[in-house]
Amino acid sequence: MAEEFTLSVWRGDASGGHEVEYRVPKETGMVVLDALHYIQHNLAPDLAVRWNCKAAHCGSCGAEVNGVPKLLCKTRMDDYAGQTVSVRPMKTFPVIKDLVTDVSWNYQVAQEIPPLAPTVPAPFNMQQIDADRVQEFHRCIECFLCQDTCHVLRDHHGRDKYFGPRFMVKIAEFEMHPMDGADRVPLLAHEAGVNMCNVTKCCTEVCPQHIRITDNAIIPLKERVADRYYDPVRMLLRRLSGRKKAADAPSSTSVAT
Amino acid sequence: MKQETYETLDYDIIVIGAGGSGLRAAVAASEGSGLKVAVITKSLLGKAHTVMAEGGVAASFGNLDAPDGWETHFYDTMRSGHFINNYRMVEIFAKEAPDRVLELESWGAVFDRTPEGRIMQRPFGAHTFRRLCHIGDHTGLELIRTMQYKAIHTGIDVFQEVTMTKLLISHGRVAGAFGYFRADGRFVLFRARAVVLATGGWGKVYKVTSNSWESTGDGAALAFRAGADLMDMEMVQFHPTGMVWPPGVRGILVTEGVRGEGGLLYNSEGERFMQRYDPERMELSSRDVVARSIFKEVQAGRGTPHGGAWLDISHKGPEYVKMKLPGMYEQFLTLADLDITKERFEVAPTCHYTMGGLRVEPETCATNIPGLFAAGEVACGLHGANRLGGNSLSDLLVFGRRAGMGAREYVAGGVALAEVDEAEIGQEMERVLAPFEREGGVNPYHIHERLQEIMTNHAGIMRSGEILEQGLQKVLELKEEARNMSIQGSRTYNPGWHAVFDVENMLLLSEGIIRSALERKESRGAHWRTDFPDELPEWQKINFVERYDGEAIRIRTEPVKEMPEYLAKLFTYGKAPGLVKQSEKKEA
Ligand SMILES: Cc1cc2nc3c(=O)[nH]c(=O)nc-3n(C[C@H](O)[C@H](O)[C@H](O)COP(=O)(O)OP(=O)(O)OC[C@H]3O[C@@H](n4cnc5c(N)ncnc54)[C@H](O)[C@@H]3O)c2cc1C
Ligand code: SF4
Ligand code: SF4
Ligand code: FES
Repeated sequence: MAEEFTLSVWRGDASGGHEVEYRVPKETGMVVLDALHYIQHNLAPDLAVRWNCKAAHCGSCGAEVNGVPKLLCKTRMDDYAGQTVSVRPMKTFPVIKDLVTDVSWNYQVAQEIPPLAPTVPAPFNMQQIDADRVQEFHRCIECFLCQDTCHVLRDHHGRDKYFGPRFMVKIAEFEMHPMDGADRVPLLAHEAGVNMCNVTKCCTEVCPQHIRITDNAIIPLKERVADRYYDPVRMLLRRLSGRKKAADAPSSTSVAT
Repeated sequence: MKQETYETLDYDIIVIGAGGSGLRAAVAASEGSGLKVAVITKSLLGKAHTVMAEGGVAASFGNLDAPDGWETHFYDTMRSGHFINNYRMVEIFAKEAPDRVLELESWGAVFDRTPEGRIMQRPFGAHTFRRLCHIGDHTGLELIRTMQYKAIHTGIDVFQEVTMTKLLISHGRVAGAFGYFRADGRFVLFRARAVVLATGGWGKVYKVTSNSWESTGDGAALAFRAGADLMDMEMVQFHPTGMVWPPGVRGILVTEGVRGEGGLLYNSEGERFMQRYDPERMELSSRDVVARSIFKEVQAGRGTPHGGAWLDISHKGPEYVKMKLPGMYEQFLTLADLDITKERFEVAPTCHYTMGGLRVEPETCATNIPGLFAAGEVACGLHGANRLGGNSLSDLLVFGRRAGMGAREYVAGGVALAEVDEAEIGQEMERVLAPFEREGGVNPYHIHERLQEIMTNHAGIMRSGEILEQGLQKVLELKEEARNMSIQGSRTYNPGWHAVFDVENMLLLSEGIIRSALERKESRGAHWRTDFPDELPEWQKINFVERYDGEAIRIRTEPVKEMPEYLAKLFTYGKAPGLVKQSEKKEA
């Protein structure tokens, strides 16, 4: 008989559910999503799982594999040789069905963030070294695995207090854009709740795009908030110059480690 | 059966599809117009197929090669399309692409830079100059994310995970669209004064494909059933370099950027075989040529262990490869246990793009149905018989915008909401729910797998009259069998149920592909017929146009429009216009 993998997949909906065991023939290089597709095509056609690209580009297929938030299309079955592989939906978001959760809150948050407000018209004159700093944030595929992991959202239901790591990355992307002229520091300090983050770095650990969320996005943003609200010298400077960037520039260079 | 209900939503303009073209269309329709605009997508926002684009977006800035300009971009696109493109679309496209890319920059996209601080451009197959603006190898992600955030700040309503199953027509013009919410299976009617289709291509009809599950041609099939014209359906692009091994990743794209950045192709005998097929352009020849060359090498017994060719970029060094191709590096490392900075890897052709689609007016993207517009991969005319790499992303921006403006102007003409026929809606709900009623029918996934098998063997990279005829019979038989697709479970997020409609759409379009492929008795661009191996001048003068009457597909020919003199002149120098400019400069 051909070799098999055993998966235990959470099946259910908003009213509840449980794990169901499935056996899937082994194939070289198989990822968890391949195994789920086998189940869907042959054993349970109504098994709900999101995916689009199957190449770790789109961020649709986030779920928890043996308790760890992962992309299903990037997680190899042979990483779990000899074990039953448990697959469950992301815990932080309400379940719709099986592995599919309601992530609409994230899209509502996205709407709160003021977009880029260029100070000059395109084409921009921008050096690669300046681009480098923000391009890291542009790698985000909005898989929301970091949102799933962050204890503020996961364990403390802090949705009304904190936008979550994904949106710190998004705010950082605009805030650190060399041509941006908007001011998102009050947003960060209040609605976005950057201070809710206590720098545990769990989000960075699960990010499939290897974005250094805490070090490169959140900490510099926290410093901007601190400079603005708690540093009297800068506050005065800002009032005198009347300009946002003038007051912020020194702080951003000092944290670019 | 209990009385079915549906929700009704009224809009000025609905855009079906939230890929690059749909989002760009929605922004153009909505920004400053005061119109009520909705975007509808069958997946989540920001996940559409566009997100997968890697290599870049083509625009003739000439940031690295100064002699580049719209004329040369026009020239390259017409040549690669083997001259059955709509010249006017190509002209608009080549002229407008740079402005559309700059717009993206001002909305937040951050492209890689040149030492002078301008947008970096990389070389790509059959582009005369370095032309593809990019951000590493995730340009599509940059495009869709930028458009997504632009769109949500433009007052557009977004409907995520909603599948449209029918386009509604009233007294010869568009009235809206009907479908269901995937999450709970509720029905929804969108009444609209104009509809823009931006639903992408149908690469999922083939077994080995780089396309996402969404590429099932819904928009093309819906419009076809509603009476719209499809054109150039025989033209399907096979990208030369898809992953080959392990089995689960077969077909996943290896960006042309690998060759753009210096990657070399070898056969099993260690020979750079492109020498044999296109000694001038070698690895950077056009996609149809490279794909066919790999195919021929494998047929001649010079293939790699799993039936492909070797691609090698390791000579560029780890630093460079990781900087320019970070996604590729990671993709091979995690999915194939292979370090491309050290080792060569296997590649083989994979279905990638559908050049055919809805026939549109170049200026407005209007189809032959009043009020119905189309842009992006679902539309047709720009790419002719073969699409150039990077030209799709700029297509989305240029014609997405034009479709949005076209719809806006049409609505400004004062059309009212058309009435919708209740009985028709009732029938549609019944049709959509029917798979739940049938018992012991066929599994839609299995029908899909069989369709992919047939299309790959009978209408794939290599075709002949006989093979196509057999394929047509098989598709028609499968279509009969598919009438009996059945599913179990509830209407709550049920992928098996959703697959039924994808499959129905693909069956219709597959028949369309084969019928046009049978008619074109020559080889041109992506369409390669072993029984007619030559490209013949008389076929350069026609496009095949298909129409569906609900029973049968009818084909007619349409003359390819002739270029005016100022454009025709660009092909008389014996080389690309930009190269002429360059050599004149040198002489002076
Ligand atoms: C791996 C890969 C790499 C590529 N790289 C490049 C590149 O480097 N450069 C380049 O120029 N091109 C590239 N392409 C091609 C290019 O990405 C696509 O042609 C292009 O993105 C298509 O965009 P679109 O807007 O037409 O549609 P898509 O992005 O395909 O979006 C279609 C939209 O329609 C929606 N939809 C479909 N059916 C329905 C329905 N029934 N109801 C509701 N909504 C529906 C979908 O949900 C989706 O939102 C690449 C393609 C692939 C697969
Ligand atoms: S570092 Fe901050 S954002 Fe990240 S998981 Fe910890 S608390 Fe959440
Ligand atoms: S930051 Fe990383 S983990 Fe968070 S959504 Fe983006 S890609 Fe996913
Ligand atoms: S399917 Fe796109 S990230 Fe997994």
